[in-house]
Amino acid sequence: MRESVAHFGSVTQAREAARLGVWVFLATELMFFGPLFFGYAWGRLKLGAGFAAASGHTDIMIGTTNTAVLLTSSLFMALAVRAIEIGKRRAATRCLWITAALGASFLGLKAFEYLKEWHEQLIPWLDFRFEPPALRNGAALFYFLYFGMTGLHALHLTIGIGIVCTFARRLRSHSPAAMRAQLEGAALYWHFVDAIWVVLFPLIYLVERHG
Amino acid sequence: MSAEPSRAFHPSSYLHGGYTLASWLTTRDHKRIALLYMISITGFFFLGGAAASIIRLELLTPNGDLVDAQTYNELFTAHGVIMVWFFLIPSIPATLGNFLIPLMIGAREVAFPRLNLASWYIYTLGGIFVLITLLAGGVDTGWTFYTPFSTLFSRSNVVLAVCGVFIVGFSSILTGLNFIVTVHRLRAPGMTWFKLPLFVWANYATSAILVLATPILAMTLLLIAFERITHIGIFDPALGGDPLLFQHLFWFYSHPAVYIMVLPAMGVASEIIPCFARKPVFGYRTMAYAILGIAMIGFLVWGHHMFVSGQSMYASVVFSLLSFLVAIPSAIKVFNWTATLYKGSISFSSPMLYALGFVGLFTIGGLTGLFLAATALDVHLTDTYFVIAHFHYIMVGGTVMAYLGGLHFWWPKIVGRSYPETWARIAAVTIFVGFNLTFFPQYLLGVLGMPRRYHTYAPEYQLLNEFSSTGAGILAVGYLLPLAYLIWAMLRGKHAEANPWGATGLEWQTPSPPPQENFEEIPTDVPEPYAYRAVES
Repeated sequence: MRESVAHFGSVTQAREAARLGVWVFLATELMFFGPLFFGYAWGRLKLGAGFAAASGHTDIMIGTTNTAVLLTSSLFMALAVRAIEIGKRRAATRCLWITAALGASFLGLKAFEYLKEWHEQLIPWLDFRFEPPALRNGAALFYFLYFGMTGLHALHLTIGIGIVCTFARRLRSHSPAAMRAQLEGAALYWHFVDAIWVVLFPLIYLVERHG
Repeated sequence: MSAEPSRAFHPSSYLHGGYTLASWLTTRDHKRIALLYMISITGFFFLGGAAASIIRLELLTPNGDLVDAQTYNELFTAHGVIMVWFFLIPSIPATLGNFLIPLMIGAREVAFPRLNLASWYIYTLGGIFVLITLLAGGVDTGWTFYTPFSTLFSRSNVVLAVCGVFIVGFSSILTGLNFIVTVHRLRAPGMTWFKLPLFVWANYATSAILVLATPILAMTLLLIAFERITHIGIFDPALGGDPLLFQHLFWFYSHPAVYIMVLPAMGVASEIIPCFARKPVFGYRTMAYAILGIAMIGFLVWGHHMFVSGQSMYASVVFSLLSFLVAIPSAIKVFNWTATLYKGSISFSSPMLYALGFVGLFTIGGLTGLFLAATALDVHLTDTYFVIAHFHYIMVGGTVMAYLGGLHFWWPKIVGRSYPETWARIAAVTIFVGFNLTFFPQYLLGVLGMPRRYHTYAPEYQLLNEFSSTGAGILAVGYLLPLAYLIWAMLRGKHAEANPWGATGLEWQTPSPPPQENFEEIPTDVPEPYAYRAVES
């Protein structure tokens, strides 16, 4: 957006345009996840028993740990934005690196979880096994949506980590004031990815795990 | 240093900012990007039109004597996919919208010029996929890609075609995003929301639909491709899935998509009619609210495509009611255009002929939509030519007519030269006659029970089909005429004034063609919209 600032009347106008642009983009993103959520709602209503049984096979320890990791990463993202606002470049850089590291640990844990599921033959398109057979279809649908939703989420997170790392490096040569608008946009995106996970967590791990 | 306000010729016109191909392909000027889009969608329009021509030729006789069933399926699929996603959806927003929105709101650019160019490249990439699909032998599912046919049974290039549509969707999303931010953040000082031309309102509402509905289609198409490749997914009943789920998701996008096509057309008509009736548009605010109303209710009516699909009867009743409801804001618009004409000083210049054609054809298309929204009638009419006629009245009679009207209205502004008015009037009448001759018989065929998507039919349908095919020939001539004389005008036409129609609106206050930065100085004195006064007699 560097060269194109010229057609804006002022820096404030450019910043507000960028912020609105990110919000509209996030609205689009949310709708992109929509069919998967809709499919989930449908499956949960029609094949509830299979969904409950399949959810029981997920690893709630990893899921919960990951939720904590991601929420903490959002905290550090918010701190980074605050640090930029008050002009503390080094603190901002440090917060961004921590954010990225937490995001990467999330992905690491998620990969470990995928590996476990592969060993347990829970990947629907790779020799799927599920007992009892009566619940197989529901469980297959659950795991299809599980991999679809968490996979898409992981993809978003990977992009987010890339953005955060770029900004952390760029902060060395650019003034915090110049990067504030862009960082705000990136933070919105990061929190959005976090919020998606907060919805995914109960959908995946908490079905029938109450009581 | 601002030059004196000479409006005759502007040396720094956007057309003169570099003549090389590279200067066009790397431009970030919204006006040049609009022209890039115009060239691409015109190419696809005539490609889709060629497919339609073969279809109509085949249907001249009851027997399949020109193409076989499989080829016929591929032809109507190609026609549908190309016309919907590569012509109609981008038509008015990406060309006229791109060119005019910044000019109309008094801005120098859209909010994100590079994104704007990227959206054209994404469109082109999607287009390449579709061309490859055609070269590889086409796809035979119909533009609707219904499961389980598309996922389990079709042996054509479904994945390639789906990829093309998936990709082009992102160009729509980026255009919509750009317009929303542009309208919110780049209006000139004094350009309040209720001073915006209705064309801007219409494109704003369209953008909201583009941004919110298109990603649903994108994900649904991904699921189709995935299910076709791995045989796992949420649409296959053998695995516990449900094909109806696909239809819900598909129409959740594809019904609002109709409003993506027709809202900008309404915007165009709302600019042209006041100008050639020399009267302010009747009920400006209700027009703006009606646009928003259509966009919102349009999201809640998708189930009327599924009355016979086996969805819940109660759902059908609700969808039917909501579909009737969406007719109200549409009717408000038609009545307001009519009231704008009342006691106006009407001149039948070519843009006006197109706009009036639009109002008439849209009205017929809209009213026959009510037939289809009635659950009982729909059982008889589903999948007949009545449906074909209905949506062609909206999409071709409505959108294409208005698109051409808009092209004529703003052509002097876009290229800085005027076109031969007589030829333009002849073309407008030819298209109107050809269109009605093509599609009105299809209503009758539908009521008589002729099903869509077959290359043969019972002999008693032949006469009406001959009318229809003859009309298609006339329509084709009508579409080739503007192609010829608008290009001629671009090269040889007389130089146009800044405001040849005496129209209001900021786009007319800058030279034709506009300078690269749109305005020498950003306008600060924004007039009330449509401040037309009757011609003194």
